[in-house]
Amino acid sequence: MANDPIHQFQISKWIPIEIGGLDFSFTNSSAFMVATVAAAGAFLFLTTSSRGLVPGRLQSISEMAYEFIASMLRDAAGSQGMRFFPFVFSLFMFVLVANLLGLFPYFFTVTSHIIVTFALALLVIGTVIVYGFWKHGLGFLKLFVPEGVPVVLMPLVILIEIVSFLSRPISLSVRLFANMLAGHITLKVFAGFVTSLSALGAVGVAGAVLPLIMTVAITGLEFLVAFLQAYVFAVLTCMYLNDALHPSH
Amino acid sequence: MFVASAFAASAQDAAEATHSETGVASEGAHAPNFPPFDSSTFPSQLLWLAITFGLFYLFLKRVVLPRIGGILEVRRDRIAQDLDQAARMKEEADEAVAAYEQELAEARKKANVIGQDARDAAKAQADVERQSVENELDAKLGEAEKRIMAIKDAAMKDVGAIAEETAASIVQELVGGRLDKTAAAAAVKAVKQ
Repeated sequence: MANDPIHQFQISKWIPIEIGGLDFSFTNSSAFMVATVAAAGAFLFLTTSSRGLVPGRLQSISEMAYEFIASMLRDAAGSQGMRFFPFVFSLFMFVLVANLLGLFPYFFTVTSHIIVTFALALLVIGTVIVYGFWKHGLGFLKLFVPEGVPVVLMPLVILIEIVSFLSRPISLSVRLFANMLAGHITLKVFAGFVTSLSALGAVGVAGAVLPLIMTVAITGLEFLVAFLQAYVFAVLTCMYLNDALHPSH
Repeated sequence: MFVASAFAASAQDAAEATHSETGVASEGAHAPNFPPFDSSTFPSQLLWLAITFGLFYLFLKRVVLPRIGGILEVRRDRIAQDLDQAARMKEEADEAVAAYEQELAEARKKANVIGQDARDAAKAQADVERQSVENELDAKLGEAEKRIMAIKDAAMKDVGAIAEETAASIVQELVGGRLDKTAAAAAVKAVKQ
């Protein structure tokens, strides 16, 4: 049934690949990952190829993205944080372009699968942990010990800090995943109303106007969400990286 | 939870699914799970995510970001350079204006001196000329007065003769006799004096 709102998240194998009993097939998800990377990389590469001193419109977009992320990272993590700039920029562009591509009808949304967002979140947290310990050694653990807390409350506060740290990859990944999933389901449901109602004849077609308007409005909203979630992902990444750079609050 | 209900709906519909909306033959008909939670697809997604994101990261880090950074750097340098140049040019312009004004002041002073000199010279020459003209006029005036004097004297001399004749003719008319010419002359002379 074409009206199934979950169907759009179905993964279908395009080129079956199996290695060591694990399924590494090239799927529609893989294809859209490639498309995301190709689109973002080609856009950034081609728009800046003229290296115009006075930028054109498209070059301006690339430069704005660059400066947007650079200032975000500098504000959150200081100039030391700029060593992570390529990482944060890649994350932002990947999530943004994947979200935006997913808004095309019949396109697969890479970020609507929790394993993808969770892998990206783990990559962020893994970077924070590895860099934190590499840079500060055990001093990184000061992250869990806020200053100026009474000794009596210390164990409780440390427990809370550890739980909050551990929940970061979950909240980071679930936020993006759930937003994309819910948005696409909502779109599909409202768009489904349009077809179901218009099958009922003249009255149905008249009644279908309302869900059609909703579909248009939600599509607009989803464009906002696509950008916003990429932005939130990048901002939180910057803040977590700040913890790795400056663990003692 | 919507996920649970969605899963139920999915399970129901999955059985009916005959084709996928992407037009690709669907495994969904047999998939027991809500697709995002179907762990059988995880290895493939992770592998392809690692490949694509890894390549994307390297490409951005090696090629794109240095390029954009370079563009921005060049522009910043260029703007700073242009500002410097503008400041230097402004300084030069200010200097030129100051020099110009100084020269203008000097020229004005010089012009004043020249004008004063010219005025003085003209005045002196005018004085000399006026003097000569006045002298000439004085000379002419004296001459004219002399001539007038002579004419007047001559006229005065003639006046006696005319008076004598007139007196003689008046007497002749009134009295009817002829007047002695010497008597008339004596009378005129007496009147004249």
